[in-house]
This record gives sequence, structure tokens and C-alpha cells, in this order.
Amino acid sequence: MSETRTETAVSRALATARGEDRAALVGYLPVGYPSVEGSIEAMRTMVRAGVDIVEIGLPYTDPLMDGPVIQTAATGALAAGVHVDDVFRAARAVTDEGAACVVMTYWNPVLRRGVEKFAADLAAAGGSGLVTPDLVPDEAADWLAASDAHDLDRIFLVAPSSTTERLVSTTAASRGFVYAAALMGVTGARSALGSDAAVLVDRVRQVSDIPVCVGLGVSTAEQAHQVAQFADGVIVGSALVSCLVDAPDDLDRGLARLDTLARELAAGVRR
Amino acid sequence: MTDPTSVPLGRFGAYGGRYVPEALVAALEELDEHRRKAMADPAFLGELTELQRSYTGRPSILTSVPRFAAEHCGGAQVVLKREDLNHTGSHKINNVLGQALLTKRMGKTRVIAETGAGQHGVATATAAALMGLDCTVYMGRVDTERQALNVARMRLLGAEVVPVDHGSRTLKDAVNEAFRDWVANVDHTHYVLGTVTGPYPFPEMVRDFHRVIGVEARAQMLDEYGRLPDAVLACVGGGSNAMGIFHRFIDDGDVRLIGLEGGGEGISSGRHASRFSGEATPGVLHGAFTYVLQDDEGQTIESHSVSAGLDYPSVGPEHSYLRDAGRAEYRPITDTQAMEAFRALSRTEGILPAIESAHAVAGAMQLGSELGPEALLLVNLSGRGDKDVHTAAQWFGLLDEDDPIDAEPIGQSPDGAEGEGVQL
Repeated sequence: MSETRTETAVSRALATARGEDRAALVGYLPVGYPSVEGSIEAMRTMVRAGVDIVEIGLPYTDPLMDGPVIQTAATGALAAGVHVDDVFRAARAVTDEGAACVVMTYWNPVLRRGVEKFAADLAAAGGSGLVTPDLVPDEAADWLAASDAHDLDRIFLVAPSSTTERLVSTTAASRGFVYAAALMGVTGARSALGSDAAVLVDRVRQVSDIPVCVGLGVSTAEQAHQVAQFADGVIVGSALVSCLVDAPDDLDRGLARLDTLARELAAGVRR
Repeated sequence: MTDPTSVPLGRFGAYGGRYVPEALVAALEELDEHRRKAMADPAFLGELTELQRSYTGRPSILTSVPRFAAEHCGGAQVVLKREDLNHTGSHKINNVLGQALLTKRMGKTRVIAETGAGQHGVATATAAALMGLDCTVYMGRVDTERQALNVARMRLLGAEVVPVDHGSRTLKDAVNEAFRDWVANVDHTHYVLGTVTGPYPFPEMVRDFHRVIGVEARAQMLDEYGRLPDAVLACVGGGSNAMGIFHRFIDDGDVRLIGLEGGGEGISSGRHASRFSGEATPGVLHGAFTYVLQDDEGQTIESHSVSAGLDYPSVGPEHSYLRDAGRAEYRPITDTQAMEAFRALSRTEGILPAIESAHAVAGAMQLGSELGPEALLLVNLSGRGDKDVHTAAQWFGLLDEDDPIDAEPIGQSPDGAEGEGVQL
């Protein structure tokens, strides 16, 4: 099946980065913070600054994998009235800007819309797939079918605690790339990453040839550079979101900070 | 390689499952393996039984409440299962002792818990003190304020209590925070989840530790009253005390199983915690597929109840299964109805129920009136009301204005309307 599948924009972006002998830069921002328009402008800013793949977060009331920064942005976005439809607007805007995108969402909003309908809407908007922090392949039968039907990537997570057996089954169920959680914990910047990420990526490589992107805790150009030495992609979330959260009433200032950090990170993966 | 979709993951019909970050899957599998071995190990079961006898004070007794029944329940015979007499004052200790023993078996040194009313947090802090485990309890800021006495109890027992300021600042947000802690510390920490929801194996494991309630009660009914009750009533927040007393009666088809939910200010007000009577639909929250109060985009709707322990937008998946299968029925009890039941039982029998349990007492008032004097009703009195004295005193305006405690009545709508509860 997979040989005949249409390659997604995410796969093309990863291949392009590999062709340049570097890791891809994946930047996360939630749609709707500080406003829907503001968040889309922030995503465009990241793309122009060198982010290869935008991970569009769908704000959710109970984000149990997220630390304080992303919780704050998600709560703000929900209070400002963000809707699920806005994630498809953002996907279209990112695609039009020339970058690939995936949507990061907790599972209940997908279930509520209908897995098949969510997949169809995402594909129609140009999105490449879903990152699902609270959906493991064991529970994903509907999503496996819908992602097949719409040629979407399904990015499951692996963690330092994953057994080898689960690395095998999770990478087999994944498509596009697999999201390697660099450490045991929730999203948020860390001063030091430790060796868990490199060990985990190595363990994944022993059982699969799927691209591996590393997230959780990466916040600086130096960390991005380090991770880029062993991963196919570097995922940065909270540090980018902080640029906006730290300037809640001044979007231009937030965008300027975001632009600066994204350029530093883009240089980091190219060093 | 195994097909991941073929792995059985603890479903009750369509409900249950394991919707969690991959980082927790290994810990859940480890827990499942240990608890399966433990529940088949005579040494483990013997240790647990001895703790139940000599520490908790099991078996808990049955108490007939004839004055209450005659005045408030249409003359039906009402019997209380006295989980309020357990050490720490509620049923929660049953589950906590089991999980604390499992924590030691797994070689972990720290437990964390969420709590709403504080009963589960107090029970967890107690077990941690007994067994020499570090303990952190997450509690919504709103709940730390309305259950301040229990915060002090937990701290006296040596636990760290962390107020949670995210979201609705109640039980659901305390659960989120406990999961976040667990992901980061799972190598040495066990999450003592306090009710029959969450990812597999929690719903089944917690039910099994509480199953002793129904096992005792069924035998006691036969022994002391010569027959099974016509109905078993229990309040349902997450649903642990209800599953504990229901489970042994599931095969007794003539025994009605009735769960009483937090009806808040009435279903039509939108301010309630009734997952089965309002607009709730199946979805995923906190690791389980079950009924959830949610909007049409899948965002969780905040629940409301005068009772912190019932103030939760989701419910254990086995309850969803029993409800859809028609084996159990669920009714909302408004705040006002629950508080009237609280007062009625206190004044006629000298027993102060927890406000959670008062919902079950109110259910007996309804059902007794429906069924009449021939009926025999078994009510799970899941906890005692000492922790709720402040709330009740405010509700009934029992405190003078110059008392040191704020005497403003709370929770009642300005025009005194009760909202739309189940009609008698």
C-alpha cells in the first residue's frame, strides 16, 4: 500500500532537508492565540523565518501532555472563541505560504467531529496529517482507516519508556514521521536535554527506517543543533509559543520575537 | 509482530480503553501485570484483608433508619451501608490501601493523587503515612477553599497538597495535573487514581478494590433482613462507591441499581454534573471513552455541584455500559434536594452524611415515595459529613453574621428556584 501512496508535503519537506544534509525544523503554535488572525500571521512568520513544517495545535480544555506555556495559550485561545474550523483555515494559510503542516490535537475534538470528517476536512485544507498525543495505535482503528482513505500522515509518539515491542508496533502504524518525546514529562522548555533523546532515536532506528523528529524541551538554537545531529527533525513548541505569551497585548512585538527565535533555530539545524 | 488493534484493552461494551500518552503505556502495563498477580496471590489478599479488618474497621455495618424512612421515604424500609464509619470517613480507603500495597510491590516510593472533596486525598495521605510512601495530592483551588479542613488533614498526615489553578480549578483539573506529574515521575511514582475511570486497568482495578462493599452488603442483607433489597442506591461522581456496591448485585436481576448524579442547579440551568441526564455524549476524557459533558466541538464543559466529589464532567466507563445496557438507572439530584436530604437524615437519625452521599439519601426519598412501604432500599452511605459542616452551615444560614466564618448562604439561586430535578 505505502509504495503507491501519494507523498505528503511533510514527507517532501523531510526529504528536502535530508537532501541538504540537515534536520528539518518543525515549529508548533496553537491556532487562535492571541486571535485566529494573529495566530495565522504568527505561523506565516515562522515559515518565512525558515520553519519547514508547522505543527498547528488545536486548543483543548484538558491538555494533559502540556506544560504551563501551552496551557496558557490554549486557555487564551478558547476564551477568545477559537473553533475547530479555524485549524483548517490555518492549515490552508500555511500551505499557501509554501510550508507543510500537521495538526496536533487531543483525541476528543476529532472524535466529536467524526474521525472521517476531520480527516476529509484536513486533507481538503492541505494538511498532511495528525500528531495525536493521547491516541496510541492500539485505540486508533478509525484513524488508521480514515488516514488511509485520505492519504494523511499519522504521527504517533514514542517515549523513553516505550518497550522495544511497542517501538516496533508504533512505528509500523506511523506514517510521515514518528514523534520521539525527548524526555519523560510534559511540553515546556528545559535547560538541558540529557541523553534520553539520542538513545530513543537510536532505538527507533534499530527497528524502523521511518523519519524520527524529536520534541519536548527543545528551546534554543544550540539544543536544536544538538538534536539535529541525530534526528530527522527538531520540534520546537513552548519556546515559540512563549514569544507570543510573553507579549500578550502587543502582537507585533510577539511576532518580532518569534521571527528572531525561528531564524536562530533554523540556523541551528543548518549548522 | 502483533496487530496492535487486536490487543484487548479493558472495554465495558464500547466504553473504557486507554487513551493516554505513549509515555504512560509501559507503567499501565506494569500496573496491570502486578495487580493481576496480586489479586491471585493469597499473601497479598491476606494482607489487604487484615488491613481492612484491623485498620479500616471492616466489615462496615448496616444501619436501619426507620424514623428517616417513615418521615421522608413514604414508609419504605431504608438500610444504610455505613462506609462513613471506615477509618478516614469514607469508602475511599478501600481502594487506596489496595493501590498502596501495589505501589510497594512495584518497588515505587511515591504516590500522587487527585482529590475533589478531599476524601480520596485524605485516604491516600493516610495510606502513604501508614506505609512510608511520599505523597503529593493535587486539588483544584476552588475545592481547597470549600474543603479547607481536608487540606489541613492531608498536611497533618505529611502529604504535600498542591492547589491547581488551571481550567475550572476543580476535580477534572486536578486529574490533569496528576497525569502531568505522573508522566514526569513514572519511574518511581504510582498514580493512585481515586475512582473507576481513567485508562485501563484503573476502572477495573478500582472497582475490584471497592467490590468488598457490595459483597459484604449482599450477605448482610440476606442475613439480617432475609432478602435482597429492591434497589441499591449510590451517588455517582466518577462512580467508585457506586461500582463498589453495585457489582456484586449485577447478576441479581430483580435488584434495581440506581446511581444519583449531581444535578446542581437543575438540568435546564446547564449548571450541573449529570452526565446521563443532560446533553452529555460519549467521548474521551482522562484516558477513557465514556459519557462526557462536552460541547459540539469536543471541548469539556465545566460541571457544577454543591458537592465537590460529584463535580466532575465525566464518569467511569462501566457506568456508561450499565446505563446503555439498561442494567443501572441514573437520576440527577439537585443541590437543594441533596441538602434537604442531608438535613433530614441528620435530624431524624443523628447521622451526618457527606454531601456526596446525601445525593443517594435523596434518591431513597424519591424511590421510597414511588415504591411505598413494601420496598426495601439499600443506600450506600459512602462518607461522613464532618468535612461538609461549613458548607451546610452556610447553606442553611446557621451561623450568625458576626461569627468568624462567612455566613453568606451559598449555592441557592436568588429566587429560591430549585431548577428541574427529577419530579416525585
